[in-house]
Amino acid sequence: MSSTTWRRVARRILSMLGTLLGVAVLVFIMLRAIPGSQITAGLGTEAAALTPEQRAALEAYYGIDKPLVVQFFGWLGNVLTGNLGFSSSSQVSVATLTLSALPVTFELAVLSILLALVIGIPLGMLSASKPDSARDALGQVVGLAGLSVPSFLLATVLMSFLSAQLGFNPNGEAYATLLEDPVRNLRQMLLPSLVLGFGIAAPIMRTTRTALLDVRSQDFVRTARAKGVGARRLQVRHILGNALVPIVTMTGLQFGYLLGGAVVVEQIFSLPGIGRQVLLGIQAKEYAVVQSTVLIIALSFVLVNLATDLAYRIIDPRVRAE
Amino acid sequence: MTIDVVDTTEALPARPGQPLRLLLRSRSGMAGLVIVGVLLVVALAHALGLVGYDPLAQMATIRLQGPSAAHLFGTDQFGRDVFSRVAAGVVNTTRIAVVAVTVATVVGTAMGVVAGFYLKGPDAVISGVTNVLFAFPPLLLALSLASVMERNWFTVAVAIAIVYIPIFIRVARGPVMSLREIEYVRAAVSTGQSRLAIMLKHVLPNITSIIIVQVSLSLSWAVLTEASLSFLGLGTPPPAPSLGSMIYEARTLMYVAPSTMIAPGVVVVLLVVGLNLLGDGLRDALDPRNRGVS
Repeated sequence: MSSTTWRRVARRILSMLGTLLGVAVLVFIMLRAIPGSQITAGLGTEAAALTPEQRAALEAYYGIDKPLVVQFFGWLGNVLTGNLGFSSSSQVSVATLTLSALPVTFELAVLSILLALVIGIPLGMLSASKPDSARDALGQVVGLAGLSVPSFLLATVLMSFLSAQLGFNPNGEAYATLLEDPVRNLRQMLLPSLVLGFGIAAPIMRTTRTALLDVRSQDFVRTARAKGVGARRLQVRHILGNALVPIVTMTGLQFGYLLGGAVVVEQIFSLPGIGRQVLLGIQAKEYAVVQSTVLIIALSFVLVNLATDLAYRIIDPRVRAE
Repeated sequence: MTIDVVDTTEALPARPGQPLRLLLRSRSGMAGLVIVGVLLVVALAHALGLVGYDPLAQMATIRLQGPSAAHLFGTDQFGRDVFSRVAAGVVNTTRIAVVAVTVATVVGTAMGVVAGFYLKGPDAVISGVTNVLFAFPPLLLALSLASVMERNWFTVAVAIAIVYIPIFIRVARGPVMSLREIEYVRAAVSTGQSRLAIMLKHVLPNITSIIIVQVSLSLSWAVLTEASLSFLGLGTPPPAPSLGSMIYEARTLMYVAPSTMIAPGVVVVLLVVGLNLLGDGLRDALDPRNRGVS
């Protein structure tokens, strides 16, 4: 790689670090603004009966008696050395919680994206093959449904219906990881990834359709056809190949959203993923859990975006040549 | 959940009046307008006390009834009229969505115009903030923000607005960057007009059409977010009816009283479908490539 490329990569990483620092500050401010502290969350109304000395001791124990700036840098220093804090309600470290939650969400995100691509791309190609026809309308209706049906509604209805009618309720059992029990794990992943995949198929379908129509109307396609390129090769190599950039962008974006945006679906299907960890942290007012988890989600989101950018270099020679 | 971002590569002024005619001619735009219109008219009629009952009134003797002439969508587990609750829920959700998107539009567009027009320092600061907000998955950000603030409908709206501000910044900033190089803007700068006047008179009118499209697409997403937050128990606080929390409560009643699930479910889908169709119609109507087609 040339020195300018290195410089560009270095600048990109620097701005990424700046963004993450901003994220850390925002998360910290946000959580300190919560009405009620960890003490009131843990003791409920009994917190009112604490003597000033007891209260001061508890505040020192939780570390919330120090100035905000000290608290922030203390927390950040801990995070950078791998200490993500401790969850007092589940009595394990946040790092342990996260290490078990991340693979769940990651697996769910991968399966959902695969389903979305399998549904979305062919549907987009079908729609684009004959614009304003009946098959285009079919594709558009499915796309609109995917965009408009809230995932929590689809998930709730699907789960209630299948468990009542067919007795199919794999998510009622305790969660099993892919390594512990692959069959049970995949059965438990089936409905959540279908729900999420259906929702994401819609933007993928729309992007595919628009990109295909856009590329198809360009001059080089006409030239290729004129010089006798076969129909199949034209469709795949020339048209789909050039329409890939927006599709990859959309896929990367959606994958990033899934890392933290699967909260609702994880909650409904009781999957112990990262989104649910945030939600439980919010409910228990556990600063450390929420702060660190949100920071990790933002980090993965930024990394996914970086990976998407790198993917352009592979699929688009024009970006590589820049 | 997806955030649709308008393609901002082309920002040309639309002739006034024409987009509206094009919107009325587009089938999806019309369909969207009708769906949203009907839902809002019914909801407002209920809000004015013309139809239905008090959405909070509990009638112990008529719990979990099916649809009837008196109770169009039946009653829930407390004997409350489901139709009235759905109607009030639509008002609630729409109010939050409209306030959220309005705040996001005003703040985001202003920041985007400033960033795109001045570049350098202001742009660095605004783009930095944008990058930070974009580093969160949207629902997670709305969720974290909503959980932090004291819960009432306005803070939920603010939480959703903050998520949407960076989108409007990006949508506005791009075209403004190219607009500042256009001759009449440079001419205005060289004649010594104030920056504020130039931004308001020459820049803003040229990006209205993209902003309008983004507004209508954002509304559908804001409705979905409010419903998701309420479903998780972090949206509109009870007992005020909300479509999301109604669906949450109905999940165990689906077989006893199906209408408690079907009514809010169908209405939330219709509302979002309507707003999406309206957005698509507006996008087609305001797309410069469709202009001049008669």
